[in-house]
Amino acid sequence: MTDTQSIIAGARSDRKANVYEMIDQLFTDFFEMHGDQVSGDDSAIVAGLAKLSGHPVALVATQKGNNLEDRMATHFGSPEPAGYRKSLRVMKLAEKLNFPIITLINTPGAYPGADAEASGQGQMIAKNISEMLKIKVPILTLITGEAGSGGALALACSDQIWMFENSMYSVLSPEGFASIMWKDAHLADKAAELMRLTPDWLLKQHAIHRVIPENMLSDGSLKTEMTGVIRDLSHQNVADRLKKRAAFFRRF
Amino acid sequence: MSSFGEHVKRFSSRSVSMLKHYQAKVPNGIWQECPHCHASFYFKRAGQYRVCPECGYGFRVTARRRLKMLTKNFEEWDTDLETKDPTEFPDYEHKIKKAQTVTHLKDGVLTGKALIDEYPVALGIMDPLFIMGSLGTANGERIARMFEKATEQRLPVVLLTASGGARMQEGIYSLMQMAKISQAVNDHSAAGLAYISVIMDPTTGGVTASFASQADITLAEPKALFGFTGKRVIEQTINKQLPDDFQSVENSYKRGFIDEIVSREQLPNRLSQLLGILEAKEWGDTK
Repeated sequence: MTDTQSIIAGARSDRKANVYEMIDQLFTDFFEMHGDQVSGDDSAIVAGLAKLSGHPVALVATQKGNNLEDRMATHFGSPEPAGYRKSLRVMKLAEKLNFPIITLINTPGAYPGADAEASGQGQMIAKNISEMLKIKVPILTLITGEAGSGGALALACSDQIWMFENSMYSVLSPEGFASIMWKDAHLADKAAELMRLTPDWLLKQHAIHRVIPENMLSDGSLKTEMTGVIRDLSHQNVADRLKKRAAFFRRF
Repeated sequence: MSSFGEHVKRFSSRSVSMLKHYQAKVPNGIWQECPHCHASFYFKRAGQYRVCPECGYGFRVTARRRLKMLTKNFEEWDTDLETKDPTEFPDYEHKIKKAQTVTHLKDGVLTGKALIDEYPVALGIMDPLFIMGSLGTANGERIARMFEKATEQRLPVVLLTASGGARMQEGIYSLMQMAKISQAVNDHSAAGLAYISVIMDPTTGGVTASFASQADITLAEPKALFGFTGKRVIEQTINKQLPDDFQSVENSYKRGFIDEIVSREQLPNRLSQLLGILEAKEWGDTK
């Protein structure tokens, strides 16, 4: 296995599928909210209010699910328009209440379904990106596994973007890439090597802010780091913070 | 003296009309039928929360009784607002008097400042037994003032809704309550304060189409009816029968309009958890 292949295997590991366990390790008092107030409740997005080290935060996470039934329901962690509407709804509430936002991302991308397409998948991603760039409260994103395409970016227009050592972030999934480039999704391994989707390379490009060793989750130091960074971001002037958020993306 | 066995034999040989005769002798209210699942049960099985032991449906109770299930710590606001009769509707005054006797309220809502656990909130509870919780000028004014006071005192709002909709007897005055209260909700929201609504049975019409659907977080009691247009009106308009659960909160949850369905017993706990997050120390306070 090449380095890239082992990172992809790590990113797609079943251990990471259950986002509720990760939420329990980082936060307390999680109150999950449901529904987009338009069309349904997409279980691929888990969102609500919680406390981080005793302070209020809003959470938006993708989830793949623990068993086959859950994974069918979440389309293996691929949100539909209802999921993006729910996440925006929770982010807007966070802005109103002045709660910082934390997003946890593990998605191959937005769900490529006919219904999703018909109910405005592209438009909802567009709206989330545009709204996230304007939201006045601090936003921190942690990519825990996969982060593919606009479906991931719709949750990652943030002040700080962190990645686990074994995670990937790319313009789309290696399967999708191979299918577009060579009309064959089976050439995903070859695609992955070319795609430059590993945390170290992305950090060098300044496409992300930090690479996080995964043992920092279990030993509690990730929670401490998050708390410190959210606190620092909270003390920045809102206009400065938004300017920096915009400048980060302007460089590309 | 007849034995029990003989009695049963005698009883079972009676005609249906005799059976009905005996049933009529059972005092009213001893047996209760759930309007949702139609199970019949001895009334005490509904317990202190007045919930169907079979399906969990919460029976309609007065606002004052519903309050006791939520908190003991309550200071009532605006007790003096009187119902007006702007359209001089026939027999309206009499109807109001009757409703006041049943509910011990001047009009269909109870509002005030309450403690839920240790957290102060502005609390409103609509009364489904006051002319079906319909929205008129007096209860509408009381709800609007609750939001205004909550904004001044920087309190979150918890509002339990139950309403058949606009109060027909008050005509356009009733309709205007929807806009008046929505404005008060907007001002409360613009002040960065949270509003939690709890949908009770039934929440319909103008209340659904205004403040019941404007909360930041929407909770609901199991099996409550929640909708805009009444089922009968829709059926007569489209000439089609609709399923029983057509406007259940369970359906609304699936369609994305409810955050969580919470039993009466669990509601204080869930609210306390939520208020605990809302009242947690802000990030800006820590240096």
